[in-house]
This record gives sequence, C-alpha cells and structure tokens, in this order.
Amino acid sequence: MTKRKPLDDNSDWTFEKLEQYQNEIARVAEHYRLDTYINQIEVITAEQMMDAYASVGMPIGYNHWTFGKKFIQTEQTYKRGQMGLAYEIVINSDPCISYLMEENSMAMQALVMAHACYGHNSFFKGNYLFKSWTDASSIIDYLLFAKKYIADCEHKHGIDEVEACLDACHALMNHGVDRYKRPQKISMEEELKRQKERESYLQSQVNMLWRTIPDNDKSHDKAKVSFPSEPQENILYFIEKNAPLLKPWQRELVRIVRKVSQYFYPQKQTQVMNEGWACFWHYTILNHLYDEGLVTEKFMLEFLHNHTNVVAQPEYNSPYYSGINPYALGFNMFIDIRRICEHPTEEDKAWFPEIAGSNWLDTVHFAMENFKDESFISQFLSPKLMRDFKLFHLHDDNSNNYIEVGAIHNESGYKKIRMQLSEQYNLSNLEANIQITNADVTGDRSLTLRYIPHQQVNLANSKDEVLKHLYYLWQFDVKLIQEDSHGVDEVIAQCPKAKIQVEKKATA
Amino acid sequence: MANFIDRRLNSKNKSTVNRQRFIRRYKSQIKKSVADAVNKRGVTDVTSGESITITKKDLSEPVFHQGNGGIKDRVHPGNDQFSAGDRIARPPQQQGQGGGPGDASNSGDGSDDFVFSISKDEYLNLLFEDLELPNLEKNQLDKLIDYKTVRAGYCADGVPSNIDIVKSLQGSIARRIAMTADKRRQLKELEAELTQLEQDPHDNVQAKITLNKAIKDIKEKINKVPFIDSFDLRYRNYAKQPVPTSKAVMFCLMDVSGSMDQATKDIAKRFYILLYLFLSRTYKTIDVVYIRHHTQAKEVDEHEFFYSQETGGTIASSALELMINIIADRYNENEWNIYGAQASDGDNWADDSPHCQNLMRNKILPKTRYFSYIEITQRAHQSLWQQYAQLADGDSSFSIEHIKSVEDIYPVFRSLFKKKIEQAA
Repeated sequence: MTKRKPLDDNSDWTFEKLEQYQNEIARVAEHYRLDTYINQIEVITAEQMMDAYASVGMPIGYNHWTFGKKFIQTEQTYKRGQMGLAYEIVINSDPCISYLMEENSMAMQALVMAHACYGHNSFFKGNYLFKSWTDASSIIDYLLFAKKYIADCEHKHGIDEVEACLDACHALMNHGVDRYKRPQKISMEEELKRQKERESYLQSQVNMLWRTIPDNDKSHDKAKVSFPSEPQENILYFIEKNAPLLKPWQRELVRIVRKVSQYFYPQKQTQVMNEGWACFWHYTILNHLYDEGLVTEKFMLEFLHNHTNVVAQPEYNSPYYSGINPYALGFNMFIDIRRICEHPTEEDKAWFPEIAGSNWLDTVHFAMENFKDESFISQFLSPKLMRDFKLFHLHDDNSNNYIEVGAIHNESGYKKIRMQLSEQYNLSNLEANIQITNADVTGDRSLTLRYIPHQQVNLANSKDEVLKHLYYLWQFDVKLIQEDSHGVDEVIAQCPKAKIQVEKKATA
Repeated sequence: MANFIDRRLNSKNKSTVNRQRFIRRYKSQIKKSVADAVNKRGVTDVTSGESITITKKDLSEPVFHQGNGGIKDRVHPGNDQFSAGDRIARPPQQQGQGGGPGDASNSGDGSDDFVFSISKDEYLNLLFEDLELPNLEKNQLDKLIDYKTVRAGYCADGVPSNIDIVKSLQGSIARRIAMTADKRRQLKELEAELTQLEQDPHDNVQAKITLNKAIKDIKEKINKVPFIDSFDLRYRNYAKQPVPTSKAVMFCLMDVSGSMDQATKDIAKRFYILLYLFLSRTYKTIDVVYIRHHTQAKEVDEHEFFYSQETGGTIASSALELMINIIADRYNENEWNIYGAQASDGDNWADDSPHCQNLMRNKILPKTRYFSYIEITQRAHQSLWQQYAQLADGDSSFSIEHIKSVEDIYPVFRSLFKKKIEQAA
C-alpha cells in the first residue's frame, strides 16, 4: 500500500480534524462494504452523556421517575470514580445518531467513530432482526409522539395517575414483545391515524366483554370456549386490547411502553454480535489506516490501549469477573471467522467446511446479517476459540449439594460447551416464560396466567409485586399458576390476596 | 456521510425533570432522611448538601424474573483446574465463584441502600417546605436599617475631594467657547476689514489705527475670560440607598440546671439547629449567642452550651437579663434582626416567673423579631409556662410550644413557623 502523509495525531480534537478522520474512516468502511445509515455525530459533555444514559438510550425520553433514579445512580458512581462513562452511545435511527464525549482524545474520537458510526450503524442497517423488527426512520418521530402524548396525559390526568400507569407497564415491559410476528412499522402518521382506531378498539372490548348480558343461545356455547383461545405471551398487548376498564389514554400508554420494549428487543438479542461487530470494525478500520500510513504509532498505541481494555475477558476466578464480556466474545469470534476464512487449519476445515477458505469479507457480512447471539454462537464458535477462552461448563442442580463440571474445552466437550453457551444467550430461556391462559369474560373477569419454569427454576419473589401492577391494569382478580411436581396446578401468586378475596365474596 | 453537530452548549439538564420526579416520589423517605441528618450537624454547619439514604426495597422496579434454585447451566472462561465430571462443593453463599457469577445480578437485591446527595438548596427546601420566617414581610417594610452609598451623577456643590476633574474641565471648555463666541465673531469681522484696508491703495491711517485698537481690545477681552471658574466645578454626587440588613443574631437560651438531662439538651440542640438553618436562608451573616443559666446566666461557646455539666436551681430571668445586656452592648436593634429561642424543662423559681414575663414584655419583645419558648418536659406545665402563655396570647412575635420527645421537634418547629397567611389577612 502506498504510504500517505499521516493525519495530525495531536491528542486535542477539533471539528476539522474530526471531519478529516471521519472522511478517511468512511472511505475505508466503504472499501469493506459497510452499508450504513447517514451518520449524525453529536459532540456532548459528560453531563449530557449521563442524561443520555439515564434515558436508557432513547434520544427523546418521556418523563418518569425511574429515569431520574437512573441518572442519580449514574451520577453517583461516576462522581466517585467507580465507573467511567461509555465513550459513545449510538441510537438505532435513520440518520444514525452517535454521541461523542467532549473529553475524548482525538484517537478516542476516531475509535468511537469507527466503532459506532460504522460498526454499530452498519449492524443496525444490516442485521435481519433490526431490519424486520425496528424501523429506524420513524423511531425519533415515535418517541417524540410518545413524549408529547405522555406530557399531555400528565396535564389532563395528573402526574400521579400517569406515573402509576407507567409503573405498571414498566413492570411488564419484558412481556410486551411480539417474538414471532413482525410488528407494523410505527410512525407519527400512523400514530395519529390510530387515535381514531383506538376508539373502536375500546368499543370492541366493551362489546365483547359485555356480550353475555343479553342472554341468548350463542352465549351458552361461547362460555365454554376459553378466552383467549390460545395462551398469550404478549401480556401488554393483551391488556391493551382486552383490559375491561382501562381508559383510552391508559391503553395508549400501554401501547407506548410496548412499542419501546419492542424497539429494544433486537438489541437485547444481539449484544454479543453487535458489540463484536463494532469492535471488529474499529480494529480493522484503524489498522487499515495505520497500514496506509495515515495514522501514527502514537495514535495506534493509545487506540490499542483502549481497545484491549474493552475486549479484555477476566477469568472466572478474577475479582473483576462478572460473566462473559460480550465485547470480548463477539470481537474474538469475528476475528476468528476471518482467520478461519484466510488461514484455515485442518480442524477448521472439519468443523466449518462451508466457510473455511472462503472470502472472509463475504462471510463476516453473512454472519452479521443473518444471525442473533444464540444462533451466531452455535454456528460460529470454533474449538480454537473455546481453547483460547478456556471455557468450561458448570451444571448446577439445586437438588445436589455439589456443582458438576459438565464439559471443558476438549474434544468431547466442544459441542456441549457451544450448545450451552448458545443457550445462555437464548432470551426465551433467560426470561420468565409467563402466558395469559384465561380471562374469565363470562364470569368474574379474573385473569389467569401460567408460569412455565425453565429447568425447574422458580419465579423470584418479585412476582407478587408485579402482579399488583398487573392488577392495576386489569382491575379484576389476577392469579398466577404453575404446575407443581405432581402435575397439579397451584396458584403461586395472586392479587388481591386470597383472604381479601374470600371476604369480598362473603360480603357480596 | 456524516454530519457533525456540536451539542455541548445545549441545555445539559435534560434529566432535571426526571430527577424532580424522583424526589417528588420519594419525598416522604427523603424528608425522613433529612430530618435524621439534622441531628448529626453542628448548629452553624449549613453549607453542605446532604446525602440521602433510601432503602433499596422501596425503590425496586419489580419485574418477573427467574429466581434461585432449579437447574442452572453456565459457561465460564479461564478453566485452570477442572475436568469434565469434576464435582465442586457448592459455595456456602451465592457470592461464591462456581455457580454464583451468572445470576449474581438476580439474587443481588439484598439490603444495600440507595444513597445519593441532594444539594444544599434542595436540602433546605425540603427541610423548610411550607415554613415562613416569622414577620418577614413586616420586617422588610419596617426596618430598612442599613444604608449603602452609591454614585448618583454629578452636582455643583461638594467637598474638594469629590471634584471630578474631567467633568469640570469639560465645563470650563464649554463655558469659554460660549462666552467668547460673540467676540471672536467680531474679531474676525474686524480683521477682515483691516485686510481690506491694507489692500486699499489709499492711505487710511486713521481708520487703521482705530481698527487695530478695536482688535486689540477684543483680544484682551477674550483673554480675560477665565480658564476655569468656580462655576465650572463639578462634584461627584453620592446618595445613600437603604438596603435591608442582612445581619441577624440568634440568642439561644437554655436552662442547664440539674433537672435538664443530656437527652433534653439534645432535643433543644436540634431545635436550635433548625432555627439556625431557617434563619440562614434569609440572612447572610448570623451571630449566635449562647446563654446558659441556672441561678446565674453566662455566655458560653457552643460546645460548653450543649455538653458541660452544671447543677443548681433555676432562675430564668437571669438569662433574660443577660440577653438584654448583650443586646444593649453589642446588638443595636436598629442594625440587627434579633431572634431568641429559649429552651427549658419548665422548672423555674416560682417567684421569678412574673419577673420573666415583665422582662419579656417590656425589654425583649420590643427589640426582637421573634422569640420562641419551647418547653421540653413530660410533666405538667409550671409557672413559667403559664406566665408566658398569657404573653403569647397577645403577641404574634412570641410563641410557646411544648415538646415531649424527639419526634415532636419537627412538627413543633413547623407549627412555630407555619406560614401565617390567615393571620396576615
């Protein structure tokens, strides 16, 4: 490669220098076929970064006390020096908004631009989950709508009412996601249209729930049909559509929280890949610039120092260990895929016949576009990487007084480790599997949910509290059941508590 | 493609609303924390904010999540000793290395408290919410007792040290130009005439002499206009502007006779702290005078006031007399806003109480903005209370309250300084 005159490596950044670096990074990114949304790069202060943190990555957040709490927490730990702030935050939107911190040195800004503006950005645009589940062009619009709508509600109905409703929705936020069907794209226009539709939603609810009053033959048949006809896992959706007494504005709040949850759902499922992809590209792009002579050794040393910190993986017995670092795993997997393509060993050829020796750029793009963490790991985690990470699997069965080592990084253990690690990123296993099985529309309108334990893990104690929130939304008895060891359904939580219920019935 | 936007100058407090929401929601807990904190402070230490503790349980945002137990499969990095099939004794606690790390976050909802700081202003606002300084309004209208000297333009009279040279010389130039304008015009005309005569072929000797003389006269007249005149002098003018005084003195009177135990003194201390905090919101400088008394009164420092032991009988009027003397000596009521707070367990020499009432009515209350008497006792009221009660009935700048235990302080304090809207109306 022809050496070129290096860019200014003075550690103070200016907007001109940002522009120069950005242009070079963009050129290299294009060389590697990174397809991105237009970048909107915003320089902000540490305090603004904490604001951004507090709103959990939403560029425009509605007002809620939990964000205040988050902000106070962040501020507290940051001030005491327990935690550095992230160098950047990037928003899945079109144009793709990235925040750069004012305090970063020039080398850091370049790293961040390569990482966020080209790594994450191309991931948002290319990965199938993001493509099919989120609509980057309308999210800002939607959040703006949500913020305004919620502010209006606070005006009309008082802060307390709105807060209580949002609290309840937040408690069920993880259960407000459609996992198997693609949601409609959300935008300002549609939201406005929906204002009208909402009325008919409500109407249909009222019709459906009160249909039993005029007693006719049909209703007798109907009573035997359980509602919903199939268990529903999207609790918030069910509430929005069917809760008998919710006011229209409350339904809209449920919807907003549900939409936000849906928007973040792909991010939860692609943490390893997303961060790995971004790290892989900042590493590759900046090294490319170095090979061209555009950046100096001084720049590279600072960059590598930060890079190694980010992708460090402490071992299980280190005091810094807190699980597998998604940056480390993701980065090393992409590097490893490139290695398998470029310099395959015999082992690689046996394990990855389709990709060993293929074009590495095609392969990493293919991997980025078509997988999520779970499938990515089960597809691409190589024996070499398992050896490098010295992975081992622990099987912890509560009924034994010991923990068993299930598999280690050896020939007989590779497949098991890969399978287990992949499972570890399977959100369906991580999140509590709770489904609405019955709403007693013809009787006392009670709502029944069923918890189906994964590997005999019980629900945590917070279930009672969450049920209170659900009760707030449904406004009739709510109970949560679980099949016990004898195959008999047992109520594990209900709201209002059983006693009160009995009294109520007695007085009624 | 990239657009750069510099957002650094944008408002940074995007989260302020959320922060306020948070404080609003947890106001009751925060207030409790604030009330507790009062106890740990010195009377005059109000410069700092306060760190607030809320138990995590109150703050939780519950979600459904998997609990402990069951079967957990975890993959960890860095194997240095294990082979497949090894059995490891379960670590006694969840914090252990083996099975722990993966679900540490789930089981971590222990008893950690959520601690954060509120600023000094937030602290004081929470502490003094709904309270208003007694007689504040009247005070500011009545007693504009401090004066500040401010520049107020120029004037024609004054002392020499205030002469403004630039302004005076400007006046002098103006005067000179004005006084000579007419003459200079005449001079110009005469000179023009003279030039004409000189160019004239005729020999107008007589005319020339006259003209020259006229010119000379006028020039003399112009020269005679004085360079500077007392009329030109300008003096800097100063005016006195009244400013409400920012000085206050707070008298803490306490009975330290044998009947007052340390617990009672602690209660009194908190009351004084609150009073000090309260005053410091309005006044820039606050002097605190501590007067303790048994049968005799003595002015002491803070530490001695609260912690030294004394025994003996009780004559409350001695403290009042000392207060009167100190006011006369050091705190002119025209310059200082005087506040008084007396704490006692109610014991007093029975014959002394009417005397106290007299002193209070005639010597103290006319000079003070506000005087509060708190009685810290579990027993029935005695003579001092009864005497004061008569006084309190008729005077809004004097009030008495009864504190039974620590919990009462804050409510009592609040009721002492409650916004007196109805009264004002």
